[in-house]
Amino acid sequence: MKKLSHKVMLPIIYIVCIFLVILSIFPFWIMIMNATRSTYEIQQHAISLIPSKYLVSNFQILMGKSFNPLRGFMNSFIISTGATVCTVYFSSLTAYALVAYDWRLRQPFFTFIMAIMMIPAQVTGIGFYQFMYRIGLTNNFLPLIVPAIAAPAVVFFMRQYLIPTLSIDIVNSARIDGAGEFHIFNRIVLPIMKPAMATQAIFAYVLNWNNLFTPLILLTNQDKYTMPIMVSLLRGDIYKTEYGSIYLGLTLTVLPLFIVYFLLSKYIIAGVALGGVKE
Amino acid sequence: MRRKGVSYAKYGYIFALPFVLTFLIFHLYPIVYTAVIGFTDLKGLGKTSFKFLANPFQNFITIFNNPTFQVSLKNTALIWFVNFLPQILLALLLTAWFTNRHYHIKGQGAFKVLMYMPNIITAATIAILFYSLFGYPMGPVNDVLTSLGLIEEPIYFHIQKGTARGIVGFIQFWMWYGNTMIVLIAGVLGINPELFEAAEIDGATDTQIFFRITLPNLRTILVYTLVTSMIGGLQMFDIPKLFLLGGPDNATSTTSVFIYNQAFSGSYLYNRAAAASMIMFVIISSLSGIIFFLMRDKYAIAQKKIEKQHKNELKKAQKAAAKGVEA
Repeated sequence: MKKLSHKVMLPIIYIVCIFLVILSIFPFWIMIMNATRSTYEIQQHAISLIPSKYLVSNFQILMGKSFNPLRGFMNSFIISTGATVCTVYFSSLTAYALVAYDWRLRQPFFTFIMAIMMIPAQVTGIGFYQFMYRIGLTNNFLPLIVPAIAAPAVVFFMRQYLIPTLSIDIVNSARIDGAGEFHIFNRIVLPIMKPAMATQAIFAYVLNWNNLFTPLILLTNQDKYTMPIMVSLLRGDIYKTEYGSIYLGLTLTVLPLFIVYFLLSKYIIAGVALGGVKE
Repeated sequence: MRRKGVSYAKYGYIFALPFVLTFLIFHLYPIVYTAVIGFTDLKGLGKTSFKFLANPFQNFITIFNNPTFQVSLKNTALIWFVNFLPQILLALLLTAWFTNRHYHIKGQGAFKVLMYMPNIITAATIAILFYSLFGYPMGPVNDVLTSLGLIEEPIYFHIQKGTARGIVGFIQFWMWYGNTMIVLIAGVLGINPELFEAAEIDGATDTQIFFRITLPNLRTILVYTLVTSMIGGLQMFDIPKLFLLGGPDNATSTTSVFIYNQAFSGSYLYNRAAAASMIMFVIISSLSGIIFFLMRDKYAIAQKKIEKQHKNELKKAQKAAAKGVEA
């Protein structure tokens, strides 16, 4: 009886899973194919499973207007790299302070970090914008990088990783050898934390790369636009009927993410799983 | 030579200092500033000076009575619900399949990678991609539906409130079910396997095992998923903002889109946007409170377990010692 029901269920399971996989891929497939097709072709038939030969002309139309993927890529690259380095380094440092030292405010500080973990940046955007406007830091990358130093959720994760991994004996023997505390952190503790740092770096990078809200309110100068703001230009009137170019623009913004994702997917999936069962 | 009495405690403070300073300046101050602006007359592009209003709660009253805000709040709840219900059900179903010990689904790794993929792609890109996919009259979706003979006339998805909201909800569902599934699978793998073995020996069916063992043991993770999804849903911005710019007729305007439009378009009503932000802040903070207590309890329970274990071991040792004396 049991065996039979399994025989019936298995094909159903595979069909559902394959359907979901197609659902994940199909929109992007159409996007990439349409990036190579002319607007006329797309208007005749909006779906094609095979590419056409208008990639170059679409590219020329795309670049002829204000959409500048290279500039957006560079800006996003600078911001995401800076913010990720800040997040990963200082979160590790803060976690080390929480694990390795016995200070009076240690427990209250940890409770505080857990309490502020979920505070969203978005609902404080008005105050943040006004503050930055007053000190002349709109159209500047610093307000998008420096605040990343305080990332409570990452500190929490790093602390959970450090508690079982850090052996205080190693730290003590380095002390006996006369190493300073800051030196010990940089030379001994950071290498121990590499796996946790890699996981958190991937997620911090993606988060910053995809962020739309804060850059959108701070950056009004076209030269400073990040990739997501650049993408939003494709929605505007300037490309209204240039369907092929719109699809090509979208493809260009997604391509780097695809490459990174398929190179690192193993670590990303493992990281997502870890995030859910953090205790 | 180890000197006793060297205190390293000060380094705890020194190493935590960058975090604390950054938090105070770039996170706490903007929160307080937003709250203050909510009680003032600050509006107009480029303005920074402000006066407190005669009735300090005027902005809050205006916001609560603003029909667009009410619609946005309703949309946010509706779109979140339309996305979350199928998301959690599908994630649970896939979790049950992938963790079932008899099925041995092949290619699980590839399935997970591809189902999670939309989550990593820039939401701004996805919003505009779906805007194009659901185009009228000859968008790809209309093309498929008419070619298959499912509809006779192309549907103008963008101007109907129901389809517009439904698509935003679908995009959120499509982007997040893979994430939820991976989290739930990790949760199931964390359950003591002896529980499943015992149930199987007792002759429990797969369905019974899922509802009597898997689900109850996932309770904490399910609550965590629910609350984080609600917090994320309340901040939904990129998709509704870029898919149809909050339209048609505010049908896809969420509270975040409302706040953005108040503050950064039209007459730049920073004060009203700030008041709306504070309302959202209070709602989200109360939800965060749930997560905080959930995780704190878990932490406390783990601590108690360890203490109990210590006590038991101590008792055993004492008993053994007593026996030794007797013998």
